[in-house]
Amino acid sequence: MKALEFHRNIPRFAAARLAGSVTPGGGAGVGPLKLADIDQPAPPGSDWVRVRPRLAGICGSDLATVNGRSARYFEPLVSFPFIPGHEVVGDLDDDTRVVLEPVLGCVSRNITPTCAPCGDGHLGNCEHVTFGDLEPGIQTGSCHDTGGGWSTAFWAHSSQLHTVPDDLSDEAAVIVEPAACGVHAALMANVPEDGTVVVLGSGTLGLLTLAALRAHTNPRTILATARYPEQRHMAATLGADMVAAPDEVRRAVRRVTGSRAVSQAGTQPRSHTHAGSVDRLSGGADVVIDCVGSADSLTDAMAITRPRGRIVLVGMPATVSLELTPLWHRELELVGAYTYGTELLADGTTARTFDLAFDLVRRFDLGNLVSATYPLDRYQDAIQHASSAGGRGAVKIAFDLRDEKERYRQ
Amino acid sequence: MSNGRHLAPRPGFVLDVDKNSPPIVFHHGEGFRLEKLPAGRSRVIYPAEPLEGLPDPDGAIRHALLNPIGDSDPLPALLRPNMKLTIAFDDISLPLPPMRRPDIRQRVIEAVLDIAAEAGVDDVHLIAALALHRRMTEDELRHAVGDRVYDAFAPKGLLYNHDAEDPDGMVVLGETPHGEAVQFNKRAAESDLVIYVNINLVAMDGGHKSTATGLTGYTSLRHNHNVHTMLNSTSFMDRDKSALHASNWRMGKVLRDAGVKIFQIETTVNNDTFGREGPLSMLQKREWEWSGRDRASFLAMQQGLKVMPTNLKRKAFSTWLAPYEMTSVQAGEVEAVHEVTTANVYRQHLVPVEGQTDILTMGLPYICPYNVNSIMNPILVMCLGLGYFFNLYRGRPLVREGGVVIISHPTPWEFNPVHHPSYIDFFEEVLADTTDPGEIEKKYEKRFAEDEWYIHLYRNSYAYHGVHPFYMWYWGAHALSHVGRVIIVGGDTRAVRRLGFQPASTLADALEMAGDVVGPQPTITHLKNPPLLMADVT
Repeated sequence: MKALEFHRNIPRFAAARLAGSVTPGGGAGVGPLKLADIDQPAPPGSDWVRVRPRLAGICGSDLATVNGRSARYFEPLVSFPFIPGHEVVGDLDDDTRVVLEPVLGCVSRNITPTCAPCGDGHLGNCEHVTFGDLEPGIQTGSCHDTGGGWSTAFWAHSSQLHTVPDDLSDEAAVIVEPAACGVHAALMANVPEDGTVVVLGSGTLGLLTLAALRAHTNPRTILATARYPEQRHMAATLGADMVAAPDEVRRAVRRVTGSRAVSQAGTQPRSHTHAGSVDRLSGGADVVIDCVGSADSLTDAMAITRPRGRIVLVGMPATVSLELTPLWHRELELVGAYTYGTELLADGTTARTFDLAFDLVRRFDLGNLVSATYPLDRYQDAIQHASSAGGRGAVKIAFDLRDEKERYRQ
Repeated sequence: MSNGRHLAPRPGFVLDVDKNSPPIVFHHGEGFRLEKLPAGRSRVIYPAEPLEGLPDPDGAIRHALLNPIGDSDPLPALLRPNMKLTIAFDDISLPLPPMRRPDIRQRVIEAVLDIAAEAGVDDVHLIAALALHRRMTEDELRHAVGDRVYDAFAPKGLLYNHDAEDPDGMVVLGETPHGEAVQFNKRAAESDLVIYVNINLVAMDGGHKSTATGLTGYTSLRHNHNVHTMLNSTSFMDRDKSALHASNWRMGKVLRDAGVKIFQIETTVNNDTFGREGPLSMLQKREWEWSGRDRASFLAMQQGLKVMPTNLKRKAFSTWLAPYEMTSVQAGEVEAVHEVTTANVYRQHLVPVEGQTDILTMGLPYICPYNVNSIMNPILVMCLGLGYFFNLYRGRPLVREGGVVIISHPTPWEFNPVHHPSYIDFFEEVLADTTDPGEIEKKYEKRFAEDEWYIHLYRNSYAYHGVHPFYMWYWGAHALSHVGRVIIVGGDTRAVRRLGFQPASTLADALEMAGDVVGPQPTITHLKNPPLLMADVT
């Protein structure tokens, strides 16, 4: 079968980091990711079925890996070599079209009894991601035994599969997994009725979080940041009441919340409150959802969240250096929102995140977020496009495997 | 001629550009551009040379106070012991650039205080009548009123800035027949006499606008600082055709009926903006009359400016103090005084111009009323160009309806956060949404006007009021509705586009772009301002 394999290779990883810092997506050309023709490994167990991907998305965490920016934190949580790709719509051997829920929890690892989070349906919080019948890997796409979506075939546990209704396009279906992340982030945010929520970043996750906020919460104002014109347009279309440039967000939140501002630049007595520049707010937004995950975005988040407000970290941060005093002083909550499982809804009921994600994709016609697709052979172009998607007016870039001839080999 | 003075100052002049005409100096922020205008279809309107100043300004002031105009007693007859006297004066926005010491306000206030002292008046407050402008700093107040007055009054809290947001310091005195609330400074309202000291730099200044605007707040200003008023002020430099002034005159009547007694003092200055001698003197000469020394000075200045960082350029220009001389002073009843003042302003500024033009060009200088010791941000560029310069006409606008205005200015995406905090937000939020004055007024004005942080900064720091950038935008509403396109030459492209205008890198490019709107071989008129002029268009 044909696959993009990621090997453990420190020099190449370093080269990818260097190349990726020079050119967006440059890591694809020199890093540990290689296109290979390999034999599909044996299935990990009897409950596993073969999936032949139709579309497989490229997400921010994939790009961090390919461009050498992923955190060392993940080293014990993955197994090499692995085949990336966890946003997948594909076909089973009986031609059933499925979407993959990629988290590898206790059930797929054949661990009984399951850990408490898995027992509660919170698969993303599984405590056994390095144990059981599988090699380490938090998701399909980081586990050697399962393979991943950037290939013509991989293995999926039956519990990971969701049948795609006939009326949903492949493009819409491939958005279901990231949409589930957006739903999870929106529901983790505990947005108060009539509150103000800020979404930092209007990449794929930011946009999907906006849509999920609009669908599942009822704030007074949703403010989003967007760097590029197309992102601004999409953010407004998907539910943002206001869209600001990233470097204008502090002033924008001040206006929306009616806060006062404190300036860092003051030199005279009282000038910190008189300078007119906005370095941080006296009050701020009830909730800030950081879909960027950089030191700058986290610093912004702490500057614009009201005391005792909540910051939800959706973007994967890796290693950052930042001043945490405001977190302490303003008694902020900083919570991560990694991924999905089961959600508690406002009416007290629970629902599978993926079910909510299917609804979201359909309601907002989110298949439109797929901007371009590439065959596996052009993976370097695909990675480069995805790494500079916003500036090129794109949102989601995916591999299109529907015409790969290896896909049809038995 | 050795000192640059003519026996009789020459009036304004319209040059028809021919192939022998020299390049014209365009102001361009903290710099200048030399531009060659197309021969045969271009003209340049030059301001009049500076009128002679009054030989004895202090004597003239005292004479005016003792010999008032209109229905008013001489000042000494209006003063008595135990009375409350408030002296209000124009703020930092006048004159432009700030003038050399002694400032006219100092001369007038000292004369008034001498007479008040002779009359035994000891309850005197001096108020910088800044409406919703930023507060003046101590240095700026000292410059305006002089050290002697400042030291005598400010330490005792008797010389201060008007505060339109002081809930205990403002009072509503009534309403005009048009339903306009008349809000007024409480100390002034409770005074037995209000003396207002004006420097009438342009025809817009003075009259009832002095008190009805300078000593009021948002409650009143929203009635005349709005899009409707501006669209019906054609122009606001011509009181008889200005809805802005009509509203102020109505409010003046309410003040009078409420018992506020006003003794108006108005003064005019000549056009000696850049000096008859000195490093900038060539800027008020006609290019073909430049001496070798003028040319050398200009070239040296250009070279120096080219390598100087923007901040240094701003500092250098902000140190320039105009050697203005007072050309008239009149005191007494508001309307009678203002009639004479306006005639004196026109005597200096009016230049007869025949017919409108397809394209109006203007070079904007480094300063406008709202960026003294500050930055001319993009909103102020719009206001100076389409508000002030466009409206410097009587009769008809210089540019025909549907014509094009070409502005030369660097238009940096830069703001002074201390002075203009709400401008930054206006630029980032409001103009990113719409540039339509009516929509802006409807959708955004109230929120900005009532924003607590802006109010805090206006009252306690040196910030223009939160609503002020809206007024700047409205100031250009008449021009925006009149012209077909606005092009800015040499501006920051992003900032120019945010304003809703088109950027051009050269005047030639701008003229070509303008051709798309006005057709081929258009007529071009350059408003060579400052020194100030006002086109009397027939």
